[in-house]
Amino acid sequence: MIELQHLQKTFHTAGGDVKALKDVSLVVPDGDIVGIIGLSGAGKSTLVRCMNLLERPDNGKILLGGRDLTILSEKELRPIRKEVTMIFQDFRLLQQRNCLKNVCFPLELAGVGREEARKRGKELLELVGLGDRCDSYPSQLSGGQQQRVAIARALATDPKVLLCDEATSALDPTTTRSILELLRSINEKLGITIILITHSMQVVETICRHVAILDKGVVAEYGDVEEVFSSPKTAAAKHLVFPEGDEAAHAVDSDGMKQVRVVFNGSDATGKPLIATMAIELGISANILYASTRNIGRKTYGSMLLGIPGGEAELQKALSYLEKAEDVTVKEVKQDE
Amino acid sequence: MSNLITLEKLKAGWEIFLDEAPLALWETFYVTVLSTFFAFVIGLPLGVLLVVGEKGGVLPLPKWLMQLLNWIINLLRSIPFLILMILVIPLTRAIVGTSVGTVASIVPLVVAAFPFIARLVEGSLRDLNSGVVEAAQSMGASPMKIICKVMLPESLPSLISNATIAITTILGYSAMGGAIGGGGLGKIAISYGYQRYNYPVMLLTVIVLILMVVLFQTIGTKLSVSLDKRNRGKQRHH
Repeated sequence: MIELQHLQKTFHTAGGDVKALKDVSLVVPDGDIVGIIGLSGAGKSTLVRCMNLLERPDNGKILLGGRDLTILSEKELRPIRKEVTMIFQDFRLLQQRNCLKNVCFPLELAGVGREEARKRGKELLELVGLGDRCDSYPSQLSGGQQQRVAIARALATDPKVLLCDEATSALDPTTTRSILELLRSINEKLGITIILITHSMQVVETICRHVAILDKGVVAEYGDVEEVFSSPKTAAAKHLVFPEGDEAAHAVDSDGMKQVRVVFNGSDATGKPLIATMAIELGISANILYASTRNIGRKTYGSMLLGIPGGEAELQKALSYLEKAEDVTVKEVKQDE
Repeated sequence: MSNLITLEKLKAGWEIFLDEAPLALWETFYVTVLSTFFAFVIGLPLGVLLVVGEKGGVLPLPKWLMQLLNWIINLLRSIPFLILMILVIPLTRAIVGTSVGTVASIVPLVVAAFPFIARLVEGSLRDLNSGVVEAAQSMGASPMKIICKVMLPESLPSLISNATIAITTILGYSAMGGAIGGGGLGKIAISYGYQRYNYPVMLLTVIVLILMVVLFQTIGTKLSVSLDKRNRGKQRHH
């Protein structure tokens, strides 16, 4: 378990003080996949850098398995950094080393023997699907392949926690998908806790179980992905979930429409078209107020905001209908206030 | 001017040159290579310190030490070489035993070149993407490991091309050593060209110096490019 308690971090710049983290507390259970989402300048990168003490917080505690990391010296932190590893947006591979030697690098640092390191390195490249690229140099690989090597490198020391700092932000959607799939399988196979920093809801919806919405240096909301995304409570969360602004949603609501958020978690897209069949079978013609879905392979990922005309009865009918579909989560979006 | 270079003088000069050049060429060569080597032995660690020692660096050093280091390097770099050669005569005597001769000229060359090399190394290391260093830190690498396993190997191509700049500059300086008793091609050029107005010998010497610069530069550039693994990716597109 990794636990953040009241983290604060202020940067003193020439242009004045910047409070990157005002008061951040967060508990991440072992084996979880947690997304930390926020707009630029929300403090995401500072937060993730605090978790392995690349950035020292001014105040607060970081507990890894009950041990406070903030009181450790640089030297005492070195073994901890084998347990909490990191991948980056720009991959950060050693350009003058081939893939295998890149993966072996953390093992070299750990004092693992050359032959043993090579063996482990090969296994890891195998695991990320690049077993045949041991001798290639980073410049000979695509972005997605480089990130795979970086993942293999991050796994070399058998970490407990993998921090991903915008790990897919430099990649195209298809590659992003495959990297996220890889992260998910690593989480399942190896039980590694994954903490993912991103500005993309898509990424969070695809692999995260929990999400924290970071806004201006504080955690605005933290909970189940479906819960948070289907009924965002704070202004910051609403802004993320409804990038077009929820005024439109309010206007629709005043017309007597109820709103439903449908999240597709890899549901079968080859079968029946869900929204259309609902219209035919129930006679409920849902308005698609917002949609961001993507078909990968034969699966649908993404989310949709539906406006359901009629009253409460119609809404309940629609909810129970949609819930029956596989790999789809449905939630009424309540407009409080 | 017209009688400075005549066919006869050219012929006589050629003979003198053939007589003196082989030894001078060898002297210039080993003085240059040895000076560059020793200057790197001192300049490389200093250049590394200039980068890792600053605030926010991999191995932050006290501010006064950094200022002192910068001050010494700037001071040494601002003394003209001709004057520096005279200034270090006591040091040369202490190390070599004499201040005259080919071996003795290595000392002022090293003193003049190491601050220059420290700056070149500093430049090479600063060009390195700071992300890789941070990645190494995130893996628990010690400052020493980061320097030896990340910073220096990753900037090797740049270091080699800067070493090429250094060796060609030192070659030029070594010719100046001839003015105060150093041997080599510089001595021939000065003693025949300047002191005896034997222009043909001087010109031939200069041509040899040019060829040496071209040779060093060509080897250095080739080495730097061929060792740079970042160039591997480009070959795929041909």
